[in-house]
Amino acid sequence: MTTRLRVLDDGAWISVNDSREVRVSELWRLDAPDLCECALTDLVVENFQSVGVDGSTVKARVYGQCIACGATGTTGWVPIGRVRGGEFAELDRSAVRRVRR
Amino acid sequence: MPTDVENWKSEAYGREVRDRLFEFAEEGYDSIPDDERDAWFERFKWWGLYHQRNGQEGYFMMRIGTPNGVLEPGQLRTIGEIADEYARGPGTNPIFGDAYADFTTRQSIQLHWIELSDVPAIFEKLAANGLSTQQACGDSWRNIVGNPVAGKDGQEVVEAWPVIRDLNQTFKGNDDHANLPRKWKVSVTGSADGSGQGDINDLAFEPAYKSIDGDGEGDESEDAVGFNVRVGGGLARNEPRLARDIDVWVPPEQVSDVAGGLSALFRDYGDREDRYNARVKFLVDEWGADKVRETLQEEYVDFELEPAGRDVREEYTYNAGEGERNDLIGVHDQNDGRNFVGLNVLVGRMGADDVLNLADLAEEYGSGEVRLSQRQNVIVTDVPDDALDDFRDEPLLDHYSPDPSPFMRGSVACTGTEFCSLSIVETKNRQVRFARWLKVNVDLPADVDEFHIHLSGCTASCAQPQIADVSLRGMKTRKDGDPVEALDVGLGGGLGENPQFARWVTQRVPVDEVPGAIANLIDSFAAERDEGESFRAFVARHDDDELDAFVEPEETDYEDPMMHNTKRTWYPYAENDTMEDAPPTPADD
Repeated sequence: MTTRLRVLDDGAWISVNDSREVRVSELWRLDAPDLCECALTDLVVENFQSVGVDGSTVKARVYGQCIACGATGTTGWVPIGRVRGGEFAELDRSAVRRVRR
Repeated sequence: MPTDVENWKSEAYGREVRDRLFEFAEEGYDSIPDDERDAWFERFKWWGLYHQRNGQEGYFMMRIGTPNGVLEPGQLRTIGEIADEYARGPGTNPIFGDAYADFTTRQSIQLHWIELSDVPAIFEKLAANGLSTQQACGDSWRNIVGNPVAGKDGQEVVEAWPVIRDLNQTFKGNDDHANLPRKWKVSVTGSADGSGQGDINDLAFEPAYKSIDGDGEGDESEDAVGFNVRVGGGLARNEPRLARDIDVWVPPEQVSDVAGGLSALFRDYGDREDRYNARVKFLVDEWGADKVRETLQEEYVDFELEPAGRDVREEYTYNAGEGERNDLIGVHDQNDGRNFVGLNVLVGRMGADDVLNLADLAEEYGSGEVRLSQRQNVIVTDVPDDALDDFRDEPLLDHYSPDPSPFMRGSVACTGTEFCSLSIVETKNRQVRFARWLKVNVDLPADVDEFHIHLSGCTASCAQPQIADVSLRGMKTRKDGDPVEALDVGLGGGLGENPQFARWVTQRVPVDEVPGAIANLIDSFAAERDEGESFRAFVARHDDDELDAFVEPEETDYEDPMMHNTKRTWYPYAENDTMEDAPPTPADD
C-alpha cells in the first residue's frame, strides 16, 4: 500500500495520506549529539524540512532550537510515527527520539 | 526534483483556478476530493484564500490586496459590510468579538472564518467596488507596498502612486509572471521618509536623483528624479536580508520594464526544488548584486541601464528609531493644503462595526478615502483644517487615536495561533494585553514618544520583528517543568538611512514574564542612557551580554491566560477548546 507523505503549509505540518498529522511548535526530546551537547536535546520544532519513510516508520528532518542550551539547527532523520494497516499513529510526544543521519 | 507545490502549480495555477474554485463553492466544500485538497488549497492562495489551521476545517482566511494600502471612497465600507456579513465563525474572540478585519504589515486586509460557499458572492461584491483578492497570496506578485499617502504627501520626491497603479495593472493577472518560484514582494516609495520599507522587500524602488546630460550643446545637465533599485530583502526563516543595491537608476516610465525583467529573472533562475531556498534573497546571496545587474541587462531589458543615482536615504525617518515621522500617526500636512490623519489600530484589528463607523467618518470629514500603513494603522486623508477639531472629537477616535500611548502606537502583531499553522504562540490578543499593561505600568523617558514592539509568532516574521525597538518572536520553554509559550527578545532593530536588524539577546522568556522584562529594560534605558539618546542608539552601544542583563524577566501582576499550547486547541478562546470539540465543517447554504 502506498503512503502519501508531504510537508505542507510551508513546513508547518507533516501530512500522511492527505491528513495533517504532525505539527510544528511541539517540544520533542531527542538523542541528537550532532545538534547540541545536552544529554537530551529539548527541541522546539519550528519547521519541517523533509519527510521520508524507513519501513513502517515515518521520519522527518526538522529545523528547531534546543530550549536547554539554545542551539539551533536542522536535525537528521527523526522518527515521528508509524504506519500500520494504512493508519498513521504519531509517536508519543514524551518519547525520546533517536536521530539518524 | 520539483516540490509537490511545483507539481501542483504545473497542473493548474493562476487565473484558471478561479473557475474550479467557483465550482467547488457551488457544489460544496465536501466536493473537493480528499486527496486533492492540499493541491487545491495551495492553488486557492493565488486567489487570496488560505485554509485556516487544523480544527477549523472548511474555513478560510481571505486576503484582499489593496495596492499601496489605498482604499478609494466607498471601499472601506465594502470591507466592513463583507466582514460583518461573512467573517463570522464558530469561535468568538474575547477582545475583538465576532466579525473583524485585520490590516496587515503589507497594507492588505485579512478576513477570517470565510466559508467557501460564500466566496463567489464576496468576489462579486469586491469586484463591483474595485477590490480584489487576486494574487494576495501564492507564488507571484503580492500586494505592492509603499508610502501609503503617495500622491498626497508633502514629502514626496517622485510620484509613486501612478507607478504602483501601472505595476499592479501590468503584473496582476499577467500569465508570464503568474507562477514564480515563491512570493514576490515589491515596494515603490516616492517620499523621502522611507515609509515604503523597501529594504525588507524582494524588489525595492527608492527615490533618487540622476544627472542627465543635456542635448549635447555645452555641458548642461539637469537632475531627473526616478528610482534606485534594490533586490533581495526579506525577513523570513531566520535569514533576514536587506535588499541589495544593484546599481541601477530607472526613470518612472521604465520602472515596469525593470520590474518585469527582475520578476522574469526570478521566475527563470529561482530555486523550484527547495521552497526554503526559493526567495530571490538567496539568489542574490549566491550571485551577488553585480551578476543580478549583468543578467538583467543582458537577458531581460533592451535598453542600457543607468547606474544608481543620488538617493535620499539620509532623510529616512520611518521606523528609524528617532526623529519625526517614525510612523504616520497623527495629523500631517498634505500637498494640497488639507491633512491626513493617522489613527492607531492596535495590532491592526478592527471590529466590523468600527470599520463601518470609520467609513462614515471618512466620508463626513474627508473624501471618503482611507489608506493603510505598514504599521497596521489606518489613515484618513483629505481632511480640511476646519474639520480637524470635530473629527478628533469623534468618540471612535478615543479608541483609534491619532495621539496614542507609545505602547499602543508601537505595537505590531501577526495572526498567531488563533488561525495560523506556522505560529508557535498566541499573538494578537497577547500583544493587546502587553500594550495595556505597559501603558498603565511603565513610563518612558519624557522625550521618548515612540517605542516599537513587534510580536511575531514564528520565524516567518509577518510582524516584521527584526525591525522593532523590542522584537518578540514565538518560542517554547519549560516553566516549573511544564511546556509554556515563550518569546525570544531582540533589541535595537529599525530602518532609516542605516537599517539594522534586531539582535536576539535574551531567549525563551515565559510569556507571563515578558511585560516585567520590558519594564526592567526600559528602567535601565531611562537610568543609563546618555542625554537625548534614542533607544536604538542605546542598544547599539551595548554588547549582547549587557543587553541581556537589562532584559530581566520577572513575574508581575500581569497574568497570561494563554500559557498553554494554544496549537493543540481548535480555537484558543473556546470554552471547550480541545480538538475533539472542533466544530464540523460549515454546512453549505
